[in-house]
Amino acid sequence: MADASYPDDLLYHPDHDWARIQDGVATFGITWFAQDALGEVVFFDPPEVGSSVTAGESYAEVESVKAVSDVIAPLTGEIVEVNTTLADAPEAINDDPYGAGWMVRVTLSDPAQADGLMDSETYVGTL
Amino acid sequence: MTTPTLKRTPLFAAHVAADAKLVPFTGWEMPVQYATGIRREHDAVRDRVGVFDVSHMGEIEVCGPDAEPFLQHVYSNDVERLAVGGAQYALICNEDGGMLDDVFTYRLAPERYLTVTNAANHDRDVAWLRSHAGGFDVEIVDAADRYAMLAVQGPRARELVQAIADKPLPERMQADTRIILGREALVCGTGYTGEDGVELLLDPDDAPAVWDELLRRGATPCGLAARDTLRLEVNYHLYGNDLSADRNPIEAGLGWACAERTGFIGSRAIAAARADGTAQKLVAFKIDGPGIARQGNLVVGGGEVTSGTMSPSLGVAIGMAYLPSERAAVGETFEIDVRGKRRSAVVASRPLYSKESDG
Repeated sequence: MADASYPDDLLYHPDHDWARIQDGVATFGITWFAQDALGEVVFFDPPEVGSSVTAGESYAEVESVKAVSDVIAPLTGEIVEVNTTLADAPEAINDDPYGAGWMVRVTLSDPAQADGLMDSETYVGTL
Repeated sequence: MTTPTLKRTPLFAAHVAADAKLVPFTGWEMPVQYATGIRREHDAVRDRVGVFDVSHMGEIEVCGPDAEPFLQHVYSNDVERLAVGGAQYALICNEDGGMLDDVFTYRLAPERYLTVTNAANHDRDVAWLRSHAGGFDVEIVDAADRYAMLAVQGPRARELVQAIADKPLPERMQADTRIILGREALVCGTGYTGEDGVELLLDPDDAPAVWDELLRRGATPCGLAARDTLRLEVNYHLYGNDLSADRNPIEAGLGWACAERTGFIGSRAIAAARADGTAQKLVAFKIDGPGIARQGNLVVGGGEVTSGTMSPSLGVAIGMAYLPSERAAVGETFEIDVRGKRRSAVVASRPLYSKESDG
C-alpha cells in the first residue's frame, strides 16, 4: 500500500470520503485512512449510473477480506459515471485511493454544499 | 461499563514489533494481520511457509487409569483407536447431539492425553469434562496456561522446523516430544490450513525465541484473518461459525468423526440423525457473479450462510452454508440474500481448494 497522504486539492467528509470538484462534476472516493482501516479491498459494489446520491448516506459498498463497509457520499447529486475498472481490480482502492481507486462521478445538485466539507489540513486534524 | 482485560499471549511483544493489527478475539488480544497484509500471508502459507501464534487455544490434560474409557464417554470419535503418539479429531456433544466444541487430542502416553480446545469454549469444556467424570479414575487438568502454541504451515514448514529440531519430526497426524532450538516441545503433524506443516506446543517462556528464529529463517508471520481464508478454502469447520450447540455432527458433515457404537454422550441422538437424515446439510459453495456472502446471510428458500469470504487462492467468493438437504447436492444453484441483494451461488465439491485443482 502507498504511504499515508491527503492531497490539498480535495475536499473531505468526516466519514473518510473525498470529493474532487471540477466544472460542477465531483469525483468521489475513500481516503487513505479509510482504506487502511478496511484492509485489502476485494470487492466494490457500485451504484447505477443515473441514480441519486445524498450527502451523508451510503451509495456503494466496499468489502475487504474481513468485512463489508458502506461508502458515504460527501455531497448530493446524480451519478454520471462509475469506475468500472474496480470490478476486476478493487485493489486500486488500496494502491491509489485518490487516483485509479476513484469510485463515481456525480453532477452536484447544490455546488454550495461543498462549503460544508473540510480541507486537507482540517481533515487530518480529525484523524 | 468496564472493558474486560484482554489476555495476551507470550508473543504479544513480537506481534507489536512486527506491526500487527491487534484485535479482541474471544477474550484475547490477537494479531488479525501484519503489516504486509492478509493476501501475502495467505500466499506465503500456500507457496512457502507461514507461522501463526495460536496460543489463545486451550489445552486440557486428562490422565489416569480410566483416561481412555473416560474420553470415550465424552468424545465422539473412537478413542480406543488413538495410539500413543497419535492425533485424533473429535467433537464434544451434549445429550441431544449438539456440538459443544471440536477438539484435537494427542495421546502422549497410555494413560495421558492432551486435548486442544477452542479458546471461546475452553472453560465450558473443562467444566463439562469435570461434571461427567464421576465414576472414572481420572485427573482433569486445565493446562491452558502451561502452553504456547505455534502453527508452522506451508510446503516448506517441515524443512524449516526440521532445521532446528533434534530428530526427524513426527509424520502427519502424529505427535511427539522433540528438542526445538534447545527447548522441549510437543511437535504435532497437524494444522488448519490444508497445507503440510506442524503445530508446536511450547512452554510459554520458550515461545518468543522459537518464534523469532522461525521468522529469521524466513517464515512469514500470519494472523487470524489469513488463518480464516486458508481454512475456509479447504472447508475446515470453525466453531461459532459452522458448528454450534444447535447443530449435530451429521448435518455438519462430521459423521466421520463420530463412532456411535462407543456410546459417547450424544451418540443416541447422532445415530438417529444418521439413520433418519437431517433437515439441513452443511455445504461448500462458490458465488457465481459479484458479491461476497457473509456469516448470517440467509439463503432464499431456507438455510443460512455460516462462513463466507473472498478466496485469495481461487479468486472467487466462497463459503459454507446450511441448506435444505434436498437442495444440498453438488451443482445445485441457490440464492443468498446479501444485505438485500440476491447473489447467485452453486454448491461445490469439497475441498474448494486443492493443490491439484489449482495447478
